[in-house]
Amino acid sequence: MILILFVTVPLVFGLAGWGLGRLRTSLSRWLALAANAVNLCLSAVLWIGAAGAGPAAGSPWLAEMKAPWIPGLGISFGLGMDGLSLALLALTAFLGIASVLASWTGIKERVGFFHLNLSLVLAGVNGVFLATDLFLFAFFWELMLIPMYFLIDLWGHENRHKAAVKFFLFTQIGGLLMLVSIIGLAVVHGMVSGAWTFDSRELMGTAMSPVVGMLLMLGFFAAFAVKLPMFPLHTWLPDAHTEAPTAGSVILAGLLLKTGGYGLIRFALPLFPAASRAFAPVAIGLAVAGIIYGGIMAFSQKDMKRLVAYTSVSHLGFVLLGVYAFTSLALSGAILQMVSHGISTGATFILVGALQDRIHTRDLDRMGGLWKQVPRMGAAALVLAMALVGLPGLVNFVAEFLVLLGLWPVSPVATVLAGVGLVIATVYALRMFQAAFHGGPREKWNISDLSAVETAVLFVMIALLVVLGVFPQPVLRLVERAVSGVLALVSAGGAA
Amino acid sequence: MSATTVVGLLPLGVLAVAGIVVLMLAAFSRRIMPAFVATLAGLAAALACTGVAWLRVPYAAGALLSFDGFVLFGIVLIAAAAIFVAVSSWAYLAGGKDNGGEYYFLLLVATLGGCILAASSAFASFFLGLEMLSVSLYALIGWRRDRGIGTEAAIKYLILAGASSAFLLFGMALVYAATGTMDLFRLAAAATGQGILAPVGLGMMLVGIGFKLAVVPFHLWTPDIYDGAPAPVAGYIATVSKGAMVVVLARAFTPAFIGPGGTAGAAATMAGGAANGLAAGFPWVFTVIAALSMFAGNLLALREANIKRLLAYSSIAHLGYVLVAFLAGGQQALRAVAFYLVTYFVTTLGAFAVVAALSSKERDADAIGDYRGLAGRRPWIAAIFTTMLLSLAGLPLTAGFVGKFVILTAGAGAQLWALAVILAVNSTISIFYYLRVVSAMFRGPETAALAGTPGGRGSAAALASPAIPFLAALAVAVLTLAVVALGVYPSPVLAFIGTFTTGGF
Repeated sequence: MILILFVTVPLVFGLAGWGLGRLRTSLSRWLALAANAVNLCLSAVLWIGAAGAGPAAGSPWLAEMKAPWIPGLGISFGLGMDGLSLALLALTAFLGIASVLASWTGIKERVGFFHLNLSLVLAGVNGVFLATDLFLFAFFWELMLIPMYFLIDLWGHENRHKAAVKFFLFTQIGGLLMLVSIIGLAVVHGMVSGAWTFDSRELMGTAMSPVVGMLLMLGFFAAFAVKLPMFPLHTWLPDAHTEAPTAGSVILAGLLLKTGGYGLIRFALPLFPAASRAFAPVAIGLAVAGIIYGGIMAFSQKDMKRLVAYTSVSHLGFVLLGVYAFTSLALSGAILQMVSHGISTGATFILVGALQDRIHTRDLDRMGGLWKQVPRMGAAALVLAMALVGLPGLVNFVAEFLVLLGLWPVSPVATVLAGVGLVIATVYALRMFQAAFHGGPREKWNISDLSAVETAVLFVMIALLVVLGVFPQPVLRLVERAVSGVLALVSAGGAA
Repeated sequence: MSATTVVGLLPLGVLAVAGIVVLMLAAFSRRIMPAFVATLAGLAAALACTGVAWLRVPYAAGALLSFDGFVLFGIVLIAAAAIFVAVSSWAYLAGGKDNGGEYYFLLLVATLGGCILAASSAFASFFLGLEMLSVSLYALIGWRRDRGIGTEAAIKYLILAGASSAFLLFGMALVYAATGTMDLFRLAAAATGQGILAPVGLGMMLVGIGFKLAVVPFHLWTPDIYDGAPAPVAGYIATVSKGAMVVVLARAFTPAFIGPGGTAGAAATMAGGAANGLAAGFPWVFTVIAALSMFAGNLLALREANIKRLLAYSSIAHLGYVLVAFLAGGQQALRAVAFYLVTYFVTTLGAFAVVAALSSKERDADAIGDYRGLAGRRPWIAAIFTTMLLSLAGLPLTAGFVGKFVILTAGAGAQLWALAVILAVNSTISIFYYLRVVSAMFRGPETAALAGTPGGRGSAAALASPAIPFLAALAVAVLTLAVVALGVYPSPVLAFIGTFTTGGF
């Protein structure tokens, strides 16, 4: 029952913050913060518990719950948490705190409603990371869209309306195709077994023809590939990330993209092992294309936020690579990449947001020589640029290295090409840092350095990148069983 | 007449008596209140009688009417919808200082017509119910005689509905000539006949049915009539008038063309019932109509700036969704149709009730500009309207999501993959225009200045309507709770629907 708290706590606190926000706006900030703090504590407790537990219990879940919901349709309220879910739940709570703090001074209008939407997105994301019933999964999947739409549309920058709609339509069409596939899978399962269910565990191993399997898999893949985003379905991302308010960008890049990767690992692979294996070459090809394309596009941006947005396209390509390599190393690397990208890109967006709040532009051509004025900001940007490059010592390096290592036996060509992506990363990351902080000042800015809160947030995030960079073992151990479980399912599905 | 028939016909009888009472009240008193109270009492009594009649299903009243669980379910929906429309009209009419007695009389007659239509089992009762509904609607649509647009809409509806009734009638005559039967449930025989008369007759009947459902290509009247009619009446047309016809369609046509297992013919095997002859073509006709309705409704709504017209287009698309479930055939389809009708009724009534509540004496709140910044001015009503629109769009936590899911399940269960994907695509398209309204409500009042043209459309000042009366607020609140409840915990309703369809949910 503890799992349901992950969803209800943000929901209740968010609603309370909305109501009380009418009395005092700071109350809604504090309540949103408290909700995420509670969730962070919950995941810490569960993490410690997981570390103590023996490796081979019968169930794949560390914790689970199941209650009847719509029994007539075979739908239950099923939540389950394994190491993969837990790692991402912890990430959600962590980035939730970061985004509330990052918008502490920036958001001044409709504060209560802002934090309600923020909390609702986080509730939806947590639900996605926990749902084991496919109907429930689709429910949460769509639930997180509307508040995210509001975050972009109401508190975003210049072109927010267009970006918000684009974001919504892209993700919605993917989500609905997934819904059709979910129902299709239930129908196929129902015809084979006579039982009508949406429980993902029971649906695994459903016998189906290769064509049906491929079509249903593609329905799931459409939703996840849009969210990830995979080239060429990424076009909503640069707009949405650029126009969203800082907290929105952090959540979009840090969490919503991860739901795509999570969905692939949790559902697309285990439900359709044969189709996934058949599809792997295509996915790997598109992933490599995305890595290189995202890198080149990032390099050619003038808008700093847009640059960071394109780096996401590039870095999430590594997740896709790791997922479809079907090796334990690569899959662990992909999961670690999801965590590291969440933290590092989240931090980068907070930094860029802080900069924009001060100089009211994201145009790299108008920056330059900022280091002298804001050394703390510059130092943070330097470390984050290194994270974008994937330098050793930071967790990004470990993740990308693991993916490449795991991919090598599968496809040396793809590995080499993806490695080229890392070179491009050096170019764009250094260009970003150089254009903003080095050289002579192009315009006279008179701005203050990072505030105490901003410094603290960025410091903790960067520290985490370093700690996990030298000692990634806790995360890897946590997801170990999930990884081997998924891979066992993928290879076991060979006969089907 | 047996006791069963008497009890079974009570819902209709009560409605008829209530209609006469209201007419008498209207003749003796020019105040609205007595007629309003009598209407509510009559509708409530009809609902209660339906509950009693439920214990005796299935039963028939001669050759004209036959009742089963599905029909009574339809009658409950129709009567409940009429209650909400009556309440929402009360505030709306009082604002205009109209004499409302006759209005309520017409509302009751239309409701009676809808119930007869839903229960009809022969051509005669089918036509009778249809005309009672239509003729009352002519007057209701043109109720606001002070507005040119209302009169225009009434005349337009009169002409088109008259023409479509003529088609229907002639089609019935041809079917009768070919088959010698006026029984609605023996249409299958007509379809399998070899002559040319029966298929032509069926096609002409389809015109009349399609007109009432407002599906493509018989949809052209919808936006103009919704726009011209008073907001509560538009809500009534969108729900009762279409819902009654959907019940007939599901009862008479499912066994005939889509596969056995409609409520009338109880054989519960799926598909392939009347696959020979021209009957095989009819699922295709409905498939094309469903696909076209979804696309046309949603695409036409994309650039619509008038809320009532937007809801009209949206209702065209929603009937397309219903047809997807209908095409699935068998009990599965019947359950999906029944459940979707509930969600559609609740949501559409809610949306129109909000429009009615926001309307002022001079004009309806139909310009998108009227809604700009509504969240700041009236947060509750904005939240409610948002809920309704998101439910129409089919997003989670609202009834629309579960409804969409149930329809997709029915469609997928019958292997209608193409329609399921078209539905998903259309659902996405539809979100675009619903979101436009939603985000207008939550944006700042930046356009209040723009809307300042005195008295003109888009004037924010014109919408400073008096506070929403308690009853209307209560009705809207009930509908909102229903939308959320159906979206979060639909099991009770699904289980209830399962009690009168074999197989159960």
